[in-house]
Amino acid sequence: MDAIEIKELSKNFGDKKAVDSLSLNIQQDTLFALLGVNGAGKTTTIKMLSCLSRPSGGDALVMGHSIIHDTQAVKALINVSPQETAIAPMLSTRENLEFSAGIYGYKSAESAKMAQDMIDQLNLSEIASKRARTLSGGWQRRLSIAMSLITEPEVLFLDEPTIGLDVIARRELWHIIENLKKKMTIILTTHYLEEALAIADRIGIMAHGRLMAEGTADSLRAKAGTDDFEEAFIRIAEEEVK
Amino acid sequence: MRMICFASRNTKEMVRDRINLMFGLGFPVVVLLLLTAIQANVPVDIFPLPRLTPGICVFGLSFIALFASMLISKDRSSSLVLRLFTSPMTGSDFIFGYTLPLALMSLGQIAVCLIVAFILGLRASILNNLMLVLTLVPSIVLNIAIGLICGTLLNDKQVGGVCGALLTNLSAWLSGTWFDLDMVGGAFQAIAKVFPFCHAVDAGRAALSGDWGSIFPELWPVIGWAGALLAIAIAIFTLKMKSDSNGKQ
Repeated sequence: MDAIEIKELSKNFGDKKAVDSLSLNIQQDTLFALLGVNGAGKTTTIKMLSCLSRPSGGDALVMGHSIIHDTQAVKALINVSPQETAIAPMLSTRENLEFSAGIYGYKSAESAKMAQDMIDQLNLSEIASKRARTLSGGWQRRLSIAMSLITEPEVLFLDEPTIGLDVIARRELWHIIENLKKKMTIILTTHYLEEALAIADRIGIMAHGRLMAEGTADSLRAKAGTDDFEEAFIRIAEEEVK
Repeated sequence: MRMICFASRNTKEMVRDRINLMFGLGFPVVVLLLLTAIQANVPVDIFPLPRLTPGICVFGLSFIALFASMLISKDRSSSLVLRLFTSPMTGSDFIFGYTLPLALMSLGQIAVCLIVAFILGLRASILNNLMLVLTLVPSIVLNIAIGLICGTLLNDKQVGGVCGALLTNLSAWLSGTWFDLDMVGGAFQAIAKVFPFCHAVDAGRAALSGDWGSIFPELWPVIGWAGALLAIAIAIFTLKMKSDSNGKQ
């Protein structure tokens, strides 16, 4: 079953086409990486799919619900970890997690239990009572992702989850994300090639607002006619320019 | 449930910001203490407590506008707002979630002012005190609405200037708390009468003194300002929040 069906999705900002007639199906419980350079249209795509930004054209179905006509149903099924850490700075780690569950309608007792589960699963116990603003960048990002996971979404959007993190923190996050595979559908945007290669089941390459190619890493290499993924990415991304 | 959760978070964000809290609760009390000390050393009635206390309450509420605008503008400038907008929270969850804790903080601030005034020697019946609190409700709404508007339209540095400096000064100078507007007269008095602050103070003074017949002529302009600004605040908040999320790449 397809978790996401994108049909001719477009977003214009004035004359600029940020996303241009994007069509794509993503199977349930897949980790799909949208790979592209800065300005390729990845974040705009995520914003449209998460009902944050209204498309200029086209539509998409998330678990069968339209992102245009059925936004409340879509919002109840998804969660998003934005590009920058999205935490309440004056709340503790535990309070942030409970808050994240609460705004999805969970009662306080349920939220407290879910927060404890998340603290255990993501090894957050040492920072559970610390205010979010006092945490390091790596811990804040981990908390931000935990806040997206706590509602057990059917579709999880991770927008550049490891940007700005050091190598060790990045590897730890990859490990966390890999553990989520097959439990939910994950759409991850990144401009790190190694990130897409390391954790994604399928990869979509975006450039100039368009989806240039989509498939497994091996099929993308084959399509570009090279064994080097970086070279394959460059060839595919620059296809239109040539 | 979503609204209560959001309101709880907003309360914690405001209460845990010690500088804001000290200014919001502490500064009006300091002014009350200072002016009462001055009064104790002069032979004429400049700042008698029954006239000063409602003025300090109205002045103190301008800090609620500062609280509201700082919180909203900080939320807007952070990525947290993206998390909130992608959740199933509705427009009314946002509006009431911001408004409810601010209303409770306003009542708390008024209570602190009245307790300090009582300690300093203010004697008024419980009923008159309750009437004062009721007459201040439109002022609470007014300041929350100003906070919503400023927080929605301005960044966190700008709200410091507009709500922290301009509004508190307007509220102070045009309220008739520090000096009798009749003594100044002319254009200054005419301008002051256009704004709601002096009417709010006069309505409060009437309530505290038990002159209930004089409350409503003074309260109508405050209710008018509060209602109009609240409607504008809700409209601006709803439109701006949509455009903030929709307009960025």
